Amino acid sequence: MIKNGDSSSLNTQLDLSANIAGITFKNPIVMASGTFGFGKEYAKYYDINELGGISGKGLTLQPKAGNQGTRVYETASGMLNSVGLENPGIPAFLEKECAYWETLDTARIVNLGGNTFEDYVTGAELIQQDADRRSDSGRKAVDMIELNISCPNVKEGGIAFGIRTCDARELVRAVRRATSLPLSVKLSPNAEDVADMALMCQEEGADAVSLINTISGMKIDVRRRRSVFNNLYAGLSGPAIKPIALRMVHQVAKRVEIPIIGMGGISSATDIIEFIMAGATVVQVGTYNFMNLRAGEDLLRDLRQFMIEENIYSLDEIRGIV
Amino acid sequence: MGTVISNERLADNVYHLRVGGEYGGEMGQFYMLRAWGAYPVLSRPLSIHQVSDEGIDFLYHVVGEGTELFSQLTPGDSINLEGPFGSGFPAVTGRVALIGGGIGIAPLLYCARELPGSDVYLGFSREPYRTEEFRSHAARLTVDVGGLILDNVDFAEYDHVFVCGPHPMLKAAQLKGIAAATAGSNVNVYLSLENRMACGIGACLVCSVSCKDGQRKACADGPVFLAEEVVFHD
Ligand SMILES: Cc1cc2nc3c(=O)[nH]c(=O)nc-3n(C[C@H](O)[C@H](O)[C@H](O)COP(=O)(O)OP(=O)(O)OC[C@H]3O[C@@H](n4cnc5c(N)ncnc54)[C@H](O)[C@@H]3O)c2cc1C
Ligand SMILES: Cc1cc2nc3c(=O)[nH]c(=O)nc-3n(C[C@H](O)[C@H](O)[C@H](O)COP(=O)(O)O)c2cc1C
Ligand code: FES
Repeated sequence: MIKNGDSSSLNTQLDLSANIAGITFKNPIVMASGTFGFGKEYAKYYDINELGGISGKGLTLQPKAGNQGTRVYETASGMLNSVGLENPGIPAFLEKECAYWETLDTARIVNLGGNTFEDYVTGAELIQQDADRRSDSGRKAVDMIELNISCPNVKEGGIAFGIRTCDARELVRAVRRATSLPLSVKLSPNAEDVADMALMCQEEGADAVSLINTISGMKIDVRRRRSVFNNLYAGLSGPAIKPIALRMVHQVAKRVEIPIIGMGGISSATDIIEFIMAGATVVQVGTYNFMNLRAGEDLLRDLRQFMIEENIYSLDEIRGIV
Repeated sequence: MGTVISNERLADNVYHLRVGGEYGGEMGQFYMLRAWGAYPVLSRPLSIHQVSDEGIDFLYHVVGEGTELFSQLTPGDSINLEGPFGSGFPAVTGRVALIGGGIGIAPLLYCARELPGSDVYLGFSREPYRTEEFRSHAARLTVDVGGLILDNVDFAEYDHVFVCGPHPMLKAAQLKGIAAATAGSNVNVYLSLENRMACGIGACLVCSVSCKDGQRKACADGPVFLAEEVVFHD
C-alpha cells in the first residue's frame, strides 16, 4: 500500500509506455479498428492524444459500401456486427484523412483489409509511397500497418486468408515486402491454430501480431425464420469474448518473441492488466467505446489508479507474468 | 449523469421521461441513454421530445430490455445521457406538415413548437397520447387511431413534410413525396430514420443508410434525411 501523500508523486513516476518496432506508445491503450472511425469523432469528447494509439477503420484499395440489411445486434454481454468493411478506400483515406492524422500525437495505425491478394499488396504499396513522400517533409501520418486477414464479414477476402496458416503465409510475406513500415498482423480467433498463425507471422518478418478480431457468430429471427443478417453470420465482440481473447493472447505469448497487441472485450483497467499479465505489450479497446464515450480517458485514469494501488511502477513488471 | 425528475406511464408501454439539468439540442436530434452499467452493452438512442427549463424530455415505447429498464426508473435515479447527436429537421419556412406514427410522434412536439402554424397529423394503432400538447402548438391537428395516418395528408398542400414513424410508413411517405413531385408539387419530404446504432457519433458505421450518393451515417448525417435521397432496400 502507498502511504498518504505518496500517490501524486508515484503517479508522475509511473511508466505506462511500451515500444513496438521503434514506435513508442505512451501507454498501452490503443483504440481498436472499426470502433473509433479515424479518431475525429471521439476527439470532440476528450483529448485522443492522451491515448497510446489508434487503429483506424479497416481500409481496402477500392471504396466499399459494406453490407446491406441489419448491421448490429446485441447479444448477452456483447454485440454482433456485420458492417462488411464499409470504408472510403485507401486513396481517399490518404487524401482526406491523413492531414488530420498528421496532427495527432499518438501512434497511428492503418488497418489494411482487402478482397484479393493483389488488393492487399497494392494497398500496402500506396501507404508506403505516401509515407515516403511525407518523410521527405517530416510530416508523418502513419506509424504502423495492421494487416487484417481476419474480417469475418467480407466474403471474398479477409477471413479466407485468416483460417489456414498456409493460406496466410504468402500474403504476409508479400505485404512485408511491400512496406518498410512496422507491420502487425491481425489474427482471427477463427483460425485453425492461432499460435501457429502467429509463429508464421514472426517467421515472415511481422513486427507484432494483433489479436483477436471478432468471433464469427449468428442470430436468428425466429418469427421470420431467418438470420437477422443478410450475410448469415456476423462478428461477435465485447465483454462476452474476453475470456477467449485472453486465452489466445496467453497461448500466442508462449510461442512467439514478437510483441502482441491484445484485444477482445476490454472494458476496465483490470481487463487491461489481465491482457498485459497474459503477455500483451499494448491492448486495443473496441466495443467499450460504445459503452462509454470517454472510454480512453476513463481507462487511462483507472489504470494509473490501479498501478498506484498495487505499487506497479512499470507495466514491464507484470508483462507476461502469468 | 442526469437525474430522473419524472417517468410517467402515458399509455400501454409508452412512457414520458424527464431528466433534470441543462440539456440542449435542435429539433430531430437525439441522445444516447444508459441507465445501467455494463449490460446491456449498447446505449439506447431516443429523440428529444422537448427541452425546457426543467430539463429534457423523452417519449419512449417499451419494446425490449433497454426500454424496459428505462420504464423502471423513478425520480431521483441517475441516468447517463450523451448528446445531442445527429442532424435533425431543418428550420424551414412555409407550409409545414408534421406526421408522426406511434412513438414516431416523439421528435415532432419540438418541431411543432419551433414551427408554429404547422399542421400536425398523429397516427396511433390504439390509445393516443400527448395529443393535447400538440394541439396547443398546431394550426390544425388530425389524430387517427387504427388507420393509416398518411391517408389523411395531401402532400401537395405543403412546402415541407416531416415524417417520423415505423419503417413501412417512411417508405410510403417517400412514395407519396415522389407522386406529389411528379404531379408538379414542390414539396420537400424529410424522414427521420431509426437505424440501429452503437456509437451514435459516426465512428462505427453500423447505422449506415444507403443514399443515392452513397452510404451515409444515420447517427451523424441523419437521423433526418430528405426522402428522395434515401434508397430503401427492403
Ligand atoms: C435516432 C433514433 C431516435 C429514436 N427515438 C426514439 C424515441 O424517441 N422513442 C422511442 O420509443 N424509440 C426511439 N427510437 C428507437 C429506440 O432506440 C429503440 O426502440 C430502443 O433502442 C429499443 O431498445 P430495447 O432495449 O428496448 O429493445 P431491444 O430490442 O432489446 O434492443 C436491442 C438492440 O436493438 C436496438 N433497437 C431495437 N429496436 C430499435 C429501433 N426501432 N430503432 C433503433 N434501434 C433499435 C437497440 O437500441 C439495441 O441496440 C429511436 C431510434 C433512433 C435510432
Ligand atoms: C463495429 C465494428 C467494426 C469493426 N471493424 C473492424 C475493421 O474494420 N478491421 C478490423 O481489423 N477489426 C474490426 N473490428 C474488430 C475490432 O477491431 C476488435 O478486434 C474486436 O471488436 C474485439 O475487440 P472488442 O471486444 O474490444 O470490441 C470491428 C469491430 C466492431 C465492433
Ligand atoms: S452508430 Fe456508429 S456510425 Fe452511426
